[in-house]
Amino acid sequence: MGVGAAAGFAGWKWVTTRPEGGDLGQPLRRTLEFNEKLAKSYFNETRVAPTFPREMAREPRLTGEEGLPAGFDPLTWRLEVVGAGDARTVTLEDIKRLPRVNMTTEHKCIEGWSEIVNWTGARLSDFAAAYKLGTRDGTSPDVRDRPRDLVRYVGLETPDGGYYVGMDMPSALHPQTLLCYEMGGRPLSMEHGAPLRLVTTVKYGLKSIKRIGRITFTDERPRDFWAEQGYDWYAGL
Amino acid sequence: MRRLEKKHPLAIRWFHWVNFPVLFLMIWSGLLIYWSNAVYRLGLGKYTLFTFFPDRVFEAFGVPYRLAEGMSLHFFFMWFFAINGLVYVIYTVLSGEWRYLVPNRHSFREAIQVVLHDLRLRKIEPPPRKFNGAQQIAYTTVILMGAGSLVTGVAIYKPVQFAWLTASLGGYQWARWEHFWLAGGYVLFFVIHLLQVLRAGWNNFRAMVTGYEVVTVSAPSSSGKPNPSIPADQTTHDEKTS
Repeated sequence: MGVGAAAGFAGWKWVTTRPEGGDLGQPLRRTLEFNEKLAKSYFNETRVAPTFPREMAREPRLTGEEGLPAGFDPLTWRLEVVGAGDARTVTLEDIKRLPRVNMTTEHKCIEGWSEIVNWTGARLSDFAAAYKLGTRDGTSPDVRDRPRDLVRYVGLETPDGGYYVGMDMPSALHPQTLLCYEMGGRPLSMEHGAPLRLVTTVKYGLKSIKRIGRITFTDERPRDFWAEQGYDWYAGL
Repeated sequence: MRRLEKKHPLAIRWFHWVNFPVLFLMIWSGLLIYWSNAVYRLGLGKYTLFTFFPDRVFEAFGVPYRLAEGMSLHFFFMWFFAINGLVYVIYTVLSGEWRYLVPNRHSFREAIQVVLHDLRLRKIEPPPRKFNGAQQIAYTTVILMGAGSLVTGVAIYKPVQFAWLTASLGGYQWARWEHFWLAGGYVLFFVIHLLQVLRAGWNNFRAMVTGYEVVTVSAPSSSGKPNPSIPADQTTHDEKTS
C-alpha cells in the first residue's frame, strides 16, 4: 500500500508537470490526442445534432473579441481560399449561390452553457465540392467513398489572424458545419462575425470562428487559438 | 481468544484504494470545469437556499480560471475511474463477492434498524456480518452512481455522436445537471462513510488495508486454514464493521 501511494504521488507529479506558457504537459496532451483518435474512430458524419423548433431560438451571448478589431469593412471583404490548387478569393455572393441551409441547433460553449440558435448558411461540404477543395487530386471531396483522397485538416483564420482554429476534415465536411451568413433570419451582425462565420454542431463553440478571412485545406495540423492555451485541439462533440 | 480472519480480498482493497484518489481527482477537476458555468443551486422557485458555489468558496480553493486544466485532468482520470470501476464490477460478479454487497429483501428493514442504532435510538447492535443492510444499500447505490456518472459523462462529453443517449437523459443541460448531482452524491457518501469508518474503529479500517480483521472466538480453531494468532492484549473493536 505504501508503494502504491508513493507510485500514485509520483504519477500525479508526472501528469501535472507543465511546460512554460499556457500549454499542457505531455502526459495530458498525449491523453487528449489518444481520446481524439478514439473519437475519430467512431465519428460518423450521418450522426447529427438534434434540431429544435425555430421559435426556441435565441441570440447567443457574446464571447471573446479576439480577431474582431474595430474598423473592419465587411463590404470589401473577400474570403481567401488556400487549397490543393492555387489560392483564390471568393465573395459572399459566391457563397450565397450555394444551397442555402437553415438549422436551429444547440450551440455548446466549452464553458458548459448552451443556447439554441437559428443559423443560415452554406454547408462547408457544398463549398468544398463546388470549388473542388480539400482533396489531394483536386476533385470534389467524397467522405464516404474516397476518404483517402481528403486532406486531413481545415484551418480558418480571421482577416487579421488574431483568432484561428483548426478542424479535422470529417468534422469540416459534416452536414451541420456551415459557412454561416445569417443568424435568426437576419444577416450576421458585426459582433457575431459578419459577413461570414463558421458554425458547427460537432465541436464546442470555440471552433465556430467569427469573421472568417482565410480558409486553408491542408495535411498539416493547423494552429488553434485555444489549443495553444491548453484546451483540447479536437474539441469534438 | 482472538485471531485474525480474512475479511476483504486483495483485489477489493486495490479497487477501493485506487478509486479513492481517482474519484477525488475527478471531483476536483470536475469542480474546475464547473466553475465556468456555475449555475446550480439548492432552492425552490425564487428562493435560493444555497448556490454552488459562492465566489469566495471558489476563490478559497483556487478554482477560478482553470477550465482547460480541469478538462485535461478529467479526460485523463476518467479512464482510471471507468476501468477500475468496470473491473471491480466484473470481479465482484465472478468471485461471488456480490453476494455480500447486493441488498436482499431483508436489507431495507435492516438498514432502518442500523440507522436507528447509529443515531442511538435503538440499542440492539447491527448483525455482525461483513456488510449489514445499510452498507449493502449504500455500497450498491454508490456503484450504480458510478455507472450513472459514466453514462451522464458520455452524454455531455460526446452529445452529438451519442445524441440518443443525451436525449434519453433529457437533453444536454439535464445530463450536465445529473452529472453534477451525482458528484454531489459522492461527497455526501464520503462524509457518511468517513464518519462510519471513524466510529467503527481501527480494526475495521485496518481490514480494508491489510485484508485481515481481529475477531474474538470462543474456542481455538482446530480445523480449516490456520490463522496467524495475535497477542491477546491488543486493543480492538471486534466485529464492528463499516
